Amino acid sequence: MRFVTEFRDAELVRGVIDEIRRTVTRPWVLMEICGGQTHAIMRYGLDQLLPPEIELVHGPGCPVCVTPLEQIDRALAIAARPEVIFCSFGDMLRVPGSQHDLFSMRARGAQVRVVYSPLDAVKLAQENPDKQVVFFAIGFETTAPPNVMSVLQAQALGLKNYSVLVSHVRVPPAMHAILGAPGNRVQGFLAAGHVCTVMGYHEYPPIAQQYGVPVAVTGFEPLDLAQGILLTVRMLEKGQVEVQNAYPRAVTYEGNRAAQAIIHKVLQPIDRNWRGIGLIPQSGWGLRPEFSDFDAEKRFDVGHIQTQESPVCIAGQILQGFKKPNQCPAFGTTCKPEHPLGAPMVSAEGACSAFYRYGR
Amino acid sequence: MSETFPTSFEGPACPLPLAHHEQIVMGHGSGGRMTQDLIRRVFYPRLASEPLSAGNDFARLSLPDEANLAGTLVVSTDSHIVTPLFFPGGDIGRLAVCGTVNDISMAGAIPLYLTAGFILEEGLPVETLERVAASMQAAAREAGVQFVAGDTKVAERGKVDGLYINTSGVGWVPAGRSIGGEGAQAGDAVLISGTLGDHGIAVLQARGELGFETRVQSDVAPLNGLIQQVLAAAPHVHVLRDPTRGGLATTLNEIAAQSRVGIWLEEEAVPVLPAVQAACEMLGFDPLYIANEGKVIVIVPEAEAEAALAAMRGHPYGQNAARIGTVRADPPGRVLMRTLIGGTRVLDVLTGEMLPRIC
Repeated sequence: MRFVTEFRDAELVRGVIDEIRRTVTRPWVLMEICGGQTHAIMRYGLDQLLPPEIELVHGPGCPVCVTPLEQIDRALAIAARPEVIFCSFGDMLRVPGSQHDLFSMRARGAQVRVVYSPLDAVKLAQENPDKQVVFFAIGFETTAPPNVMSVLQAQALGLKNYSVLVSHVRVPPAMHAILGAPGNRVQGFLAAGHVCTVMGYHEYPPIAQQYGVPVAVTGFEPLDLAQGILLTVRMLEKGQVEVQNAYPRAVTYEGNRAAQAIIHKVLQPIDRNWRGIGLIPQSGWGLRPEFSDFDAEKRFDVGHIQTQESPVCIAGQILQGFKKPNQCPAFGTTCKPEHPLGAPMVSAEGACSAFYRYGR
Repeated sequence: MSETFPTSFEGPACPLPLAHHEQIVMGHGSGGRMTQDLIRRVFYPRLASEPLSAGNDFARLSLPDEANLAGTLVVSTDSHIVTPLFFPGGDIGRLAVCGTVNDISMAGAIPLYLTAGFILEEGLPVETLERVAASMQAAAREAGVQFVAGDTKVAERGKVDGLYINTSGVGWVPAGRSIGGEGAQAGDAVLISGTLGDHGIAVLQARGELGFETRVQSDVAPLNGLIQQVLAAAPHVHVLRDPTRGGLATTLNEIAAQSRVGIWLEEEAVPVLPAVQAACEMLGFDPLYIANEGKVIVIVPEAEAEAALAAMRGHPYGQNAARIGTVRADPPGRVLMRTLIGGTRVLDVLTGEMLPRIC
């Protein structure tokens, strides 16, 4: 399979890892931003092949993991309404709110549907004019373009029964939060390749400069990851503070301008709570006022729902790279994929789930 | 009054009940004349056998002549729900026959008899039921098994999704054969009869929700022929198991736990069709966790591994058979895989439903 097989080639990966080994002279802490990268690292056992000087810590880039608890409780409140068909990406169904998850709501009779694309939800709204169709629009910059496209599509079709529960988050403010936190250990970043496919990487040089931390835009296959690590280690060893692109087959400096344009047409930056981390200023996207007719929070009046996190779960410390999942007292005991206490154990991209599945 | 009104009749006439030959109605599950009519029209012509035609509420069965009352009987039951009822490479009928035939065959048994219980949704086209029954007939003929008992119930519209089928089966294990999930031993070879994930992806594709198309066909097939061929070539097989729901990874975990051994796979050796791999890449699925309906894991002493593999490859359902790993003493109860790039990962059991990832 082209663009996949060659990036999993053992010989090539080994060559890059040998080069990392020749380059590294002292310990470095790198963070991969994206949960998809965490999973690829664990799934291929890439971390086991790296020289011991390199420590990878896992970043907050799992959209399911960082969706705040109150947003999930709002989703559950909306899904419980008899007139609602609640649509979500699959991962989100198992994420525990403060009482239930969407799976158990479905078992209680709520109409909860897994969709593969937000446009499927728009289609459902067309087919069910007597129902209110709500799409749970979560994710980073990667999922924002299709999600806002569904709003534009619904608007073009004149649909009055379609709305979105928006919980979008953005990478750059999260990087600021991690690098600016007291006790930060991260010395180099592997930026999330798919986020950069949409957004480009022009937002990162100021961050790299402000904190003196090099960044390599990195893909998701083992060879991509090894290459991103190599570029970052080279910069660290030379004392360079730059942003380099280790994923040029997908990412350009400017990114996808058309996708950025529709995002900015529909969404605007807002303050957002991150599950386990707390409020990060301007770290989220919300609907612009001119699209408030499509705002499910307003339509179903759930904005007042606020909730507290489980005190046992250390998701926040894991998502900021302070701790590894297996340093959590609940890991693998009271918290498992079938009974997750916190979101990183839920999603296919969550760091705790990756550790549990591949690394225990 | 009216001139068109019949002026003479021989007595009071009630409207004749409609025959309902086109769709299932509640009366087809009444146990009365309509049920009998449905059985006579749909099931008998396709699934008839001597015990079934005897018309009793039970079936009297005999062991094969060569059994000489020696050996053991195995029995298995499985209920089948699938949406849609027809998918590339198969349908619920073929699935229901093969599922039970294969479960029985995993004991090294020769499957002999099947029963079938149908739960039908009111409104199901009779033509659909006929197609399913014909498919069951073809699969049973291929597997060399007889239907000896059956049952039909009808549920109100909306309470069943078209049609559910339960099948139970009986098979005979010749004396001296002892095959089961507890039999894997350190040093054994782990073989698989072909590519993984075909069935799961074919069914998902048939639901029409993926937004892309594949040409993947379900692998649903009766495996008793292939298994008898393997056992003839490699009589000391320790474990046979079909990796259905939960896929290869989940099934190997069951075996590792039952046998208290470690199972080590080589990712490079695991056969997956490019189309299945591509669909999995797009959806964020792992082919090792996707259901198969026509594959068998064979765990066999090293000395017989090559013979078993050759026997599989010599059968139409085993052409892509491969050796995928080895049984070791450690770590007991765990499945590990050497990845494509030379790392090691744990293969855990599937948790709940497989969920497509977000991005």
